[in-house]
Amino acid sequence: MGTPLTKQAVADLYFLEHRAKVLDLAAFLDRFDRASEPGGEDFRVQALTAALGLVLDGRPDRARRVLELWSDHSKEPIERAPMKGALGAMPIHAKDHP
Amino acid sequence: MYIDPHVHMVSRTTDDYQRMALAGCVAITEPAFWAGYDRSTAQGFHDYFRMLTDFEPRRAAQFGIRHHTWLCINPKESEDVGLAREVLSIIPSFLECQTVLGIGEIGLNKNSRNEMTVLEEHIALAMKHNLLILVHTPHLEDKLKGTHLIMDALRNQGADPGRVLIDHVEEHTVRAVLDRGFWAGMTLYPDTKCTPQRAADIFEMHGTDRLWINSAGDWGVSDPLAVPKCQDELRRRGHLLETIRKVSYDNPRAFLSQSGRFSAPERA
Repeated sequence: MGTPLTKQAVADLYFLEHRAKVLDLAAFLDRFDRASEPGGEDFRVQALTAALGLVLDGRPDRARRVLELWSDHSKEPIERAPMKGALGAMPIHAKDHP
Repeated sequence: MYIDPHVHMVSRTTDDYQRMALAGCVAITEPAFWAGYDRSTAQGFHDYFRMLTDFEPRRAAQFGIRHHTWLCINPKESEDVGLAREVLSIIPSFLECQTVLGIGEIGLNKNSRNEMTVLEEHIALAMKHNLLILVHTPHLEDKLKGTHLIMDALRNQGADPGRVLIDHVEEHTVRAVLDRGFWAGMTLYPDTKCTPQRAADIFEMHGTDRLWINSAGDWGVSDPLAVPKCQDELRRRGHLLETIRKVSYDNPRAFLSQSGRFSAPERA
């Protein structure tokens, strides 16, 4: 059905909301860098920063592609559920997503 | 006027029923789900099913909301296959209740073999009694894989996709679900599922056929007014009133009416 909005209207409606979200993300990454624990890598933060490449690549379907980046792409059921919850992303290998 | 086809009212206060009615909610359906802890006996589920089929419809009726339910043991409790089978054995005794629409929300949580076994036995129970099926798809990184495993299981057991709603779809799963003939639900849930804005985007990209919205309001951080908030999002983008009615009233009514038991007033 498409969107009835013009680009100008999309910017008018949503810019401030997403300006705030970009600042939140920037502040989160600053906070993570300032944190004191040695060895400071976390696969979830790596997944988040890897997704930024997709966000900025100028191609369509960014949301779908980000969700696919964070997804488990294996095909077979696992032997046993290790926990109830989910972590939000799979470990991302740098060679696959520089 | 709207229908919230997936909301866990046992976890909500009576004030929420009042606020939903004021926002235009006329009917809801409540799938059985995980209580936040593992229940230890099938008797615990028996009592829960009594709550879903007796207490909640009466509580909802005080506010003019028609309450319906779905029964199952949720995938989060499916790792214990023995307990799951005990629970499955008591479900038929509740199927005579006129507000039970089908089996749900069944599906997968961590995509384990035991979860698959219990899912397949739920599908078989639904097909034996010719019941609708409401499917829960896994969270976050497990959703893509789990959605495909679930659709394959439904196909392998011969379930009619037109009588199955696959819930919690997002941008990476919605197309495959619709292309395989299933109905799809978008859950409007803070942080971990769709926002009203993203749901509106998905309607714009994938159309409005066989697609609905729900709040899945429960004991977690969630919003029982999420459906009217998505209606408002569509309205402020300039979508037609007819489109808004279709996704928040006509579509759930069409799917749920296949049960022969769903009841909602004709829209104004």
